[in-house]
Amino acid sequence: MSGPRLATLRNGSALPLAAVPDLPFEDLRDAVVRETAEGNRLVSFFASVPEPASPASSRAGGEVELLAVVADDEEGTLGVGRARLEGERFPSLTPACPQAHWFEREIAEQAGVVPAGHPWLKPIRFHSSWREGHDAWGRPALAHPVPGVTDFYRVEGEEVHEVAVGPVHAGVIEPGHFRFQCHGEEVFHLEISLGYQHRDVERALAGGPHKGTVPIVETIAGDTTVAHAWAYAEVVEALAGVAVPARAGAVRGVALELERLANHVGDLGALANDVGFLPTASFCGRIRGDFLNMTALLCGSRFGRGLIRPGGVGFALEPERAGRLAERLVAGRRDALEAIGLLWETASVTARFEGTGVVSPKDAEEIGLVGPAARACGIGRDVRHDHPHGIYRYVHLPVVTASTGDVAARAAVRAAEVERSADFVAEQLAALPETPARVPVGPLAADSLAVALVEGWRGEVCHVALTDGDGRFRRYKVTDPSFHNWFGLALALRGEEISNFPLCNKSFNLSYCGHDL
Amino acid sequence: MLDTLVQTLLHALVLALVPPLLPGIVNKTKAVFAGRTGPPVLQLYYDLAKLAEKGIVLSRTTTWVFWAGPLAGVVTALLAGLLVPLGTHRAPISFPGDFVLFAYLLALGRFFTAAAALDTGSAFEGMGAAREVSFSPLAEPALFFGFLAAARVSGSLSLSGLLTGAWTSGWFASGGALLLVLAAWFVVLLAETCRIPFDDPNTHLELTMIHEVMVLDHGGPLLGLVLYGSSVKLFVLGALVVRLALPVPSGGPLPAWLLFGAGMAALAIGIGVVESVMARLRLVRVPQLLVTACLLSALGTVLVMR
Repeated sequence: MSGPRLATLRNGSALPLAAVPDLPFEDLRDAVVRETAEGNRLVSFFASVPEPASPASSRAGGEVELLAVVADDEEGTLGVGRARLEGERFPSLTPACPQAHWFEREIAEQAGVVPAGHPWLKPIRFHSSWREGHDAWGRPALAHPVPGVTDFYRVEGEEVHEVAVGPVHAGVIEPGHFRFQCHGEEVFHLEISLGYQHRDVERALAGGPHKGTVPIVETIAGDTTVAHAWAYAEVVEALAGVAVPARAGAVRGVALELERLANHVGDLGALANDVGFLPTASFCGRIRGDFLNMTALLCGSRFGRGLIRPGGVGFALEPERAGRLAERLVAGRRDALEAIGLLWETASVTARFEGTGVVSPKDAEEIGLVGPAARACGIGRDVRHDHPHGIYRYVHLPVVTASTGDVAARAAVRAAEVERSADFVAEQLAALPETPARVPVGPLAADSLAVALVEGWRGEVCHVALTDGDGRFRRYKVTDPSFHNWFGLALALRGEEISNFPLCNKSFNLSYCGHDL
Repeated sequence: MLDTLVQTLLHALVLALVPPLLPGIVNKTKAVFAGRTGPPVLQLYYDLAKLAEKGIVLSRTTTWVFWAGPLAGVVTALLAGLLVPLGTHRAPISFPGDFVLFAYLLALGRFFTAAAALDTGSAFEGMGAAREVSFSPLAEPALFFGFLAAARVSGSLSLSGLLTGAWTSGWFASGGALLLVLAAWFVVLLAETCRIPFDDPNTHLELTMIHEVMVLDHGGPLLGLVLYGSSVKLFVLGALVVRLALPVPSGGPLPAWLLFGAGMAALAIGIGVVESVMARLRLVRVPQLLVTACLLSALGTVLVMR
């Protein structure tokens, strides 16, 4: 290996910022392009803009800092590099490294700088730039951009027609806009435009930790509460140099896998519902509730809110409760596997799943898919295995993969994970370590960086924190797995029938608010 | 004379009032299969009453065609219902060749529904209309080959004679052929009334719908008419299948009506069972199933033509 080096660290650890090489932008670009070409992944790439101390300085601009985190899944290490931008433009990475596509659009929107040569430079969330007076598209400073108002890719032709779906849908789901270029029933191209759920989470987290930090983190994506809360806790623990007690680690593992169980089961039921197969749809709807109630038994919230706190967990899972949970788990596991089994036994269902919404392994690699969507393409990518942290350092969960990359593969991966996760939880409940559930957390290290990856049920949740001289968050970057995977859904629809869109969509089941932040 | 009048009146009443019961039975069956309580059997009546009280929102882009669609759907289905014998008597309207009128009354209703959908100018509704009109021509031959076979067996050219006669003289002589026709007609029934495996009447997914997507913009009383019209269509096509399958018992009108009612209930339960145990077809496979139905029906015709 030659060329500029990135600083290396492990998942869930911190590094003084001084140890992160401050590279010229070209070197950072070369390093990221080289690493991704070697098979490593871009897990986070973002801009940190100088805090406006006064309106005058904000108008003056100041230097924008770019920071990239690259994961080496084989070695289990993370590489970090940063660069200060001079001026308002930088040469785009996307042509050489498609994984940067969405990240660079985000950088352009947040920092108001232009990745020159980006092939598809449009806003992704439709908010005004964080640096007043600097806008990548030269939009007026005070006008709030309207989500979905942009130039959409269009296919011209006599027999081509355009179908626009959303942001208001016929079902009670999150808002998002989908633009299909169709030829009869065949989809030539799908463009996804989001941003309707933008709450400015990242800026609300900057300046923390404060009273609002944990509630905000827990609601980044409601169905991924545990994974986000865990990632946040790990970032804080790394910065404070705290080791989490073993019992807390086990309870976190139990909660994360229960979250995975509830969502996988619910989504498999929803897949059945989308093809009009009633038995699995209605059984899974009920069983999802059973798993959510197990999380409620753990901490009083069906979504695991209030459970994970920096330094440990808020609820210790005492033996009597663990026993009840184990009992319920046995019933839930049995019912879930039975209901899911019906899917594979019904020919009319498998006929709908197989060959629908195929993503090729090459595309999946190039755009950096994560989670079950990647594993369904035969890519054995799983944070619990590649970058083990917490309980996963001691208990190994086998990585489930499938090879066909279609709806059937995504469903099969998730079905198998239901079994594995249930077994994992049962194993943990049988032998909970006897330690305190929580330890106090001291002040955070100043001028440092911490990275935490957690394998949520949708895939890799990544939190990166930069602290200032007082140990407060100067920049807090959240990357939900949906951020990586939305483009995968667009690719899955190429050449597919438009009537299969809901099925493909459900097989990914990505988060709108997790993406929009 | 008085008897005929009473029977005709009864026919009209049953045709007008009973249809909303059928979707209720279908949904109850599905609920039982899914282990749920499900909506009450009379739910559609409640829905219709509720919708009748609501106001109508009309898009500025629409014209009279938009509200004529649901209206035509109801009127054509009711008229078609007057051609099908229900109890012991002949249908209120009956003449040789009336089955052609029957088929094209339904087609006329479909034409207006599709026209109303196109009238909105929405991409969804245009898509639904395109699907509906590309699938329905495939269902038509299945219906007509069945009529041919039944006409040949019964020696009658009117729906009343053809359906009644098919039983008395046909089932013993050419049961196999009629069984094929029955199977084909059941498939046509599922396709025409937008049930699984062709369409999912419960889905909220605009992009997968066939029939439902055409009526997305209808609300209030117009939506009520759409719902009522499709239940009448289900009733009328169901009556066709039931009358071909069941005999007219001797002993007067009462047993005949009871048997007919039982047959219709069984049919609704049958549809519910089909919807409970299988998934929807991929949209491109829909024509294949319809062509299969045509072939079944055609084979039935060939068998009786020998």
